[in-house]
Amino acid sequence: MDFLRPASWEEALAAKAAHPTAVPIAGGTDVMVEINFDHRRPEYLLDLNRVGDLYEWEVGEDSVRLGASVPYTRIMENLRAELPGLAIASHTVASPQIRNRGGVGGNLGTASPAGDAHPALLAAGAEVEAVSVRGSRRIPIDDFYTGVKRNALAPDELIRSVHIKKAEGPQQFSKVGTRNAMVIAVCAFGLALHPETRTVRTGIGSAAPTPVRARAAEEFLNAALDEGGFWENGKIITPSVAKQFADLCAAACNPIDDVRGTANYRRHAVGVMARRTLTWTWESYRGARHASHPKGGAA
Amino acid sequence: MTSPTPGLARAGGAPIGAPTKITQGSQTKGGVGESTLRPDGTLKVTGEFAYSSDMWHEDMLWGQILRSTVAHAEIVSIDTSEALATPGVYAVLTYDDLPTGVRHYGLEIQDTPVLAHGKVRHHGEPVAVVAADHPETARRAAAKIRVEYRELPVITDEASATAPDAVLVHEHRTDHHMAHVPHPNVLHRQPIVRGDVTAARERADVIVRGEYTFGMQDQAFLGPESGLAVPEEDGGVHLYIATQWLHSDLRQIAPVLGLPPEKVRMTLAGVGGAFGGREDLSMQIHACLLALRTGKPVKIVYNRFESFFGHVHRHPAKLYYEHGATRDGKLTHVKCRIVLDGGAYASASPAVVGNASSLGVGPYVVDDVDIEAIALYTNNPPCGAMRGFGAVQACFAYEAQMDKVAKELGLDPVEFRQLNAMEQGTLMPTGQRVDSPAPVAELLRRVKAMPMPPERQWESSEGADVRQLPGGLSNTTHGEGVVRGVGYAVGIKNVGFSEGFDDYSTARVRLEAVAGEPVATVHTAMAEVGQGGVTVHAQIARTELGVGQVNIHPANTEVGSAGSTSASRQTYVTGGAVKNACEIVREKVLELGRRRFGAHHPAWATAELLLEGGKVVTDGGEVLADLVDVLGDEAVEVEEEWRHRPTEPFDPRTGQGDGHVQYSFAAHRAVVEVDTELGLVKVIELACAQDVGKALNPLSVLGQIQGGTTQGLGVAVMEEIVVDPKTAKVKNPSFTDYLIPTILDTPTIPVDVLELADTHAPYGLRGIGEAPTLSSTPAVLAAIRDATGLDLNRTPVRPEHLTGTA
Repeated sequence: MDFLRPASWEEALAAKAAHPTAVPIAGGTDVMVEINFDHRRPEYLLDLNRVGDLYEWEVGEDSVRLGASVPYTRIMENLRAELPGLAIASHTVASPQIRNRGGVGGNLGTASPAGDAHPALLAAGAEVEAVSVRGSRRIPIDDFYTGVKRNALAPDELIRSVHIKKAEGPQQFSKVGTRNAMVIAVCAFGLALHPETRTVRTGIGSAAPTPVRARAAEEFLNAALDEGGFWENGKIITPSVAKQFADLCAAACNPIDDVRGTANYRRHAVGVMARRTLTWTWESYRGARHASHPKGGAA
Repeated sequence: MTSPTPGLARAGGAPIGAPTKITQGSQTKGGVGESTLRPDGTLKVTGEFAYSSDMWHEDMLWGQILRSTVAHAEIVSIDTSEALATPGVYAVLTYDDLPTGVRHYGLEIQDTPVLAHGKVRHHGEPVAVVAADHPETARRAAAKIRVEYRELPVITDEASATAPDAVLVHEHRTDHHMAHVPHPNVLHRQPIVRGDVTAARERADVIVRGEYTFGMQDQAFLGPESGLAVPEEDGGVHLYIATQWLHSDLRQIAPVLGLPPEKVRMTLAGVGGAFGGREDLSMQIHACLLALRTGKPVKIVYNRFESFFGHVHRHPAKLYYEHGATRDGKLTHVKCRIVLDGGAYASASPAVVGNASSLGVGPYVVDDVDIEAIALYTNNPPCGAMRGFGAVQACFAYEAQMDKVAKELGLDPVEFRQLNAMEQGTLMPTGQRVDSPAPVAELLRRVKAMPMPPERQWESSEGADVRQLPGGLSNTTHGEGVVRGVGYAVGIKNVGFSEGFDDYSTARVRLEAVAGEPVATVHTAMAEVGQGGVTVHAQIARTELGVGQVNIHPANTEVGSAGSTSASRQTYVTGGAVKNACEIVREKVLELGRRRFGAHHPAWATAELLLEGGKVVTDGGEVLADLVDVLGDEAVEVEEEWRHRPTEPFDPRTGQGDGHVQYSFAAHRAVVEVDTELGLVKVIELACAQDVGKALNPLSVLGQIQGGTTQGLGVAVMEEIVVDPKTAKVKNPSFTDYLIPTILDTPTIPVDVLELADTHAPYGLRGIGEAPTLSSTPAVLAAIRDATGLDLNRTPVRPEHLTGTA
């Protein structure tokens, strides 16, 4: 196993072009486990730790450009307002030590359905900046996950950053594990309200071969909120609407039975998390509306 | 491989990381009953303590074990040629390379092949060993060994084990249990019958029956199996090893190597936890074989994955119980059947059966009992010793039954237990009279009387604090679906080795003057696995010899056996041996004093004399001499064996007999909060009351109780090795999927310690390490049942069991 240590982004791209089988490593959260367990013995490891650019983030007008190696701890500490869903998800990643090392680039590179960042990225709406010596492109998150632990990257591409829409409304993230901390997801759910476009987006983790959105649930809820004028009047979402949304989210799952949980449980739990996160985000939206329109009439 | 600190390891000398003498103590403090601190505590907390895996020796090789990839198969062929041809490889050994006719080992029954012979019986069984100059080379070479298997059907449970046409896990059994088992795939069977259950059943107003399942728990000690074998000039070997019992290892290792025991020297290396998982051999023989074959030191360190295959686990069990009671709340009878899955090899299974059966009804007065416990041979992972040792599984079931009977009778579960609680004088199902305090009702009263933790602790001015809620940081609830439940349980555990075992310990104590100070040295072969024996031995020496400075000599086989660090026995038995040796030393010192100074003061002849503060004093407090002057240039040293009261075997048909040395009791109250929609559990508090006889070190006692309580919590809500019933292969051999409690899963554990002396034991002490592991699990289960109203009959409880989505 050869260890490639590029000192700059350009060197990293050149190395990846020269050795397309090279496995990039930054925090090592996934890669080191796979190597230690001998599940994987790559010909080359491409160490990105000297590429300082990857640890930078930039808050723009509409979106955050998040370097692939920005540690989860930084996201929790610095981007809670801009990326609330991802910040909550970041806090559920492993232990403090690992959160100090791991970043979203690794989650995306591994593309495990159990990666904690995926539901938040799906719900917020993100684009993955993939770069090679041939050039740069942005892959919409909806097109990024192509199969179990497979993604849309070409062999010579590296993830430079993720462009994530800044939150314009409340976001939530929930994850079920059978321990109260430091646990891999049995299943997870992300939800983001987008008041400007009058839409909601979802993300489901560990309940299908890839991270997925619950599109039918989103469409149902978008229509229900639209028809009832909920975005304007800020009414409480009725239990029947919430239930229908939850059921559709559960139906969007295509889970398996494994040592971490049963398929039935995963479907059930995604439904519960969908209902609860909808309640939390909607209550938050109503509260914010109240606060910004103190005399306004939430009928 | 070069040393990070060249020059430190000496060829032929002790390896880096080998233990050295621990000295601790001030002039007069630190005796029995004080919370002296661990001598190795600071080193462990700061990461400087040398664990067995940290050892290094000049020129050492690394050993690697090749393990079976299937659970049950004939070995058609093994081809080691490619592995042997790998540059850097010094040796590859299989069964055929073993040097003598002794090729099996085992704690009680020698049924475990050192390396697989013709057949593998469980997933992960050692097949070959490799020594190479780098761990990675060894690993790769092992992967190049070609093993051809012809798979056999797997035996995974009682039905498949005892089917008429069942394949026999061991075809040619000759062990002494063979005569009394109903089937060759049943390793051991112990019935215990007292009174007349059929008649008693007639008197019962209510009868409650239940079936229970206990999952396979792992000891999950943090320091994986490891050791270093160094060949010696006399043709012998010196093994530095993390183990629970040096002399038991020695007894099993030496014959396989073809060496007399004195040529196998053993020194205890730093042990990173044990909990029963180091009672059996792991890599000991393999490392010694490779060292003797290559003439070089050989180190073997398992990684976490291999560790899950490298030691026995807690027996998973099926338990069938029938309890009867009269309307006024008195138990009429208990009938039960406990089926323990011993896996592929015997390990400690027979003794686990003895415990499960003899302690099978719990700490209650029941005159009419009909108990049967068996251990199976299967192709599942071998199971053996783990903290609680058979009593844990039984306690989970009988305490669930006690709640059910109480409910049936409309009685409070604590009152019902108290109505039937045993006390000093009660007869056990074995007919043994409990002849020291058994404050079962009092322990229950105490846990019940503790203040309840406040409700809804997650509520704060900034919203819900998810760390206080089920799901914790995963942010699954802000209070929705959360219901509180409370549950109680109490248990009984034996202390020490039972059933007639000669359970002795040896201690060597030396007293001498060094640089004008009296210094005691305590040398035993006791394995310090974290229990605190090194702390307590120094305390005992201070109290008995009146000295401040006590050296604890590294544990090795230059001194006689200290028995196992298990069965809650070390403070009792090796502590007893240290006390005994100190008393003999004291007598010798006083004798010396009488010879030297007797003429100077009549009190030498007439008064009761003590050693205190480095002086010889009369019981009236008069100082007769400085110890240093009494000792002069002489060192007083004794090595003595010490025994507790003997026990008897259980009768093979009736189970009658005074089989146990001492009993230990703990009670728990669990307060849990359950997210009833998601099936997630937060244990809020696990209050414990335990009788410890005498707390030799109150801080250590607290640590043992809190640790045992937490280990019991683990198997209540998360810890389980999952074995595929179709293939008998382990599905979760990692800390990613075998979960143990984090600090966020560990509740507040208020502890109420009772000290009722057992007059048969040194200082009146009671072995304490295991009892809290028993009652913790059923208390948590009872609390979850209370919160959810569900009839939960298995542990650990998983979210799918609480949400109807299994």
